[in-house]
Amino acid sequence: MPTLVKRLLAALVIFLLLVVINQYMSKEGLFGFGVPSYYARLIVLAGINIILAVSLNLITGFTGQFSIGHAGFMAVGAYSSAYLTVYYAQAWERSLGGIVGGSLAHALIFLLAILVGAIVAALAGLIVGIPSLRLRGDYLAIVTLGFAEIIRIVILNIDSVGGATGFTVPGYANFLWVYAFAIITIVIVYNIVHSDAGRALVSIREDELAAEAMGINTTRYKVLAFVISSALAGMAGVLAGHYLSFLSTNDFQFIRSFEIIIMIVLGGMGSLTGAILGAIIITFLPELLRTLGPRLESLLSSIFGADNIPASVHTFLLQLANYRLVIFAALLILIMLTRPQGILGTREFGLSWLKRARRRPEGDKPVGTGGVSIAEQEPPSAIDRAKEVKNQ
Amino acid sequence: MDTFVQQLINGLTIGAIYALIALGYTMVYGILRLINFAHGDIYMVGAFVGYFLAFQLGFATGPSLVGLGVVLIGSMIAAALVGMAIERFAYRPIRKYARMTTLITAIGVSLLIENLFVARLGAAPRAFPQLLREQSYTLFGNAAISKSQILIFAVSVALMILLQWVIFKTKVGTAMRAVSFNLNSAKLMGINTDFIISFTFALGSALAAAGGVLTAQYNPQIDPLMGIITGLKAFVAAVLGGIGNVPGAVLGGLLIGIAETFVVGYGQNVGVPTTFRDAVAFAILILVLLFRPTGLLGSTVREKV
Repeated sequence: MPTLVKRLLAALVIFLLLVVINQYMSKEGLFGFGVPSYYARLIVLAGINIILAVSLNLITGFTGQFSIGHAGFMAVGAYSSAYLTVYYAQAWERSLGGIVGGSLAHALIFLLAILVGAIVAALAGLIVGIPSLRLRGDYLAIVTLGFAEIIRIVILNIDSVGGATGFTVPGYANFLWVYAFAIITIVIVYNIVHSDAGRALVSIREDELAAEAMGINTTRYKVLAFVISSALAGMAGVLAGHYLSFLSTNDFQFIRSFEIIIMIVLGGMGSLTGAILGAIIITFLPELLRTLGPRLESLLSSIFGADNIPASVHTFLLQLANYRLVIFAALLILIMLTRPQGILGTREFGLSWLKRARRRPEGDKPVGTGGVSIAEQEPPSAIDRAKEVKNQ
Repeated sequence: MDTFVQQLINGLTIGAIYALIALGYTMVYGILRLINFAHGDIYMVGAFVGYFLAFQLGFATGPSLVGLGVVLIGSMIAAALVGMAIERFAYRPIRKYARMTTLITAIGVSLLIENLFVARLGAAPRAFPQLLREQSYTLFGNAAISKSQILIFAVSVALMILLQWVIFKTKVGTAMRAVSFNLNSAKLMGINTDFIISFTFALGSALAAAGGVLTAQYNPQIDPLMGIITGLKAFVAAVLGGIGNVPGAVLGGLLIGIAETFVVGYGQNVGVPTTFRDAVAFAILILVLLFRPTGLLGSTVREKV
């Protein structure tokens, strides 16, 4: 079978699988089984976070350009598409629905909204990226943070998108939409990273001056990565807005950008699967901590008997939910102290991973991990040896 | 003209607070190349320690200068201890790791402090007891300056002079400059770098706590999340002045304070809504960095291959 046919078939199978899971995630469920809406919601939010983390990983993990403005581009995508769906979508859907049928028209309009959100966010990325990417390191970080805050405050002052009161948006998105685009994002970023452009990006991360000396137009590639990353973040914004049915500029504060950075650092910068893992952990961990107290209590009472638990332990466990964000922050610090390269480092998790991990000899690290510079690995130089000889 | 002078006074008041906090950011960055995101929260901790000290020691009942002095110095000492503890337990173990790791740890510490305070004390704002009998003095025409504003100017100028003296006239200050110049060389010269870094955190945290108590006198409402946006703007001030540069931090803080009050005071005349107050700091920062990528007073470092 030709490769193209194979790939199309694979895409079709994945799509059908998503359609089936989507049924399972909805209120009606499938054959009477459905995921409770609380968990279904968390799973969808995890999908949105996967798009955000994977897209930020392109610019921060693979290109090494430190951006804390991802929430800003997300906001641009969310609000521009919401403007479209709130003010124009219904009229268009009616006129289009007469030609191709209601549900298809609905899907087409939302597809258009996602496209618009991505394009507007890409434009914002271009406008922000061209001047900012001349800066490096912490300066770039603080400028992207500044742009994101400015974007947020500008949106806050536009009355037609709700301003400070928030903006109610039609709930077009669901599990299927979010995960279809999460997979598209992963495929896009995977293909970029494994292309010529991807090698250029990684070379910029490893050593920008050396990359430039090798004839790579570093500015062009950095802006390219930034724009693609922004477009994907905009897409995530569209999906988030149309899933939650409500937009508030408070949701796009810099703490949201931090959250996305935490996801990729936790999973391992420069690892696609790491970003996905980080996104899932950061979505679920605070929620798991919320129910930790009651669960521990029921566990303890099943071991020791409900009457034997001291009252102080009982109240402590009940109050544990209040401290879930404290525990979350403490865990974050602990992970950074014990595993600073993130859970996966720059490695990828996959079926071949276990095999390769076993085969790899001791000390042989994949390219670009650990930051071991050449100077540290070099054997004693000729001069040192000469000195030693002289001393003897 | 009167309103102009008034705006200037108000701007300098806020700017002096930003400058006090920015000094901590800039000193820590100068030595460790670390953006200490928890610094804004130290400012909040300082204000809260002042709050509890005032109540515990019985100064909250009425205005007293002695009480103010005790509260100010007490909260500075407490914040210095907190800053040293953060450095010791969170930053020292990861000092040699990649920049991103230290940054995430700093964000983690910041989240930890904020959420701990919210969980223990609740997120609702509290009224800080007034330790100063509030009074306004009229300057030229109608411009007025209040007692708490004079206090802010006096204390912050005194602290900045003290800091300048510590950095340039004492042995410890010389060691600080050496460590910021090159940590490893300083270590080879026999400087106890761990102590110097710890001392820097203590110094910066004490200044931030002073800022917290002074702000609480000027605007007597404190809450556990007050440090986020103020800290961020103080950091912007430090970068604006040239991060790692002590006079730059003061200049940046004052500039941002003035710009902010001018946006609130005059913005509407030129069509800028007052909500842009929080954006103006970033706008100035971006403009300055585009033309002077290392800030106003920062020195350019040539990159070597």
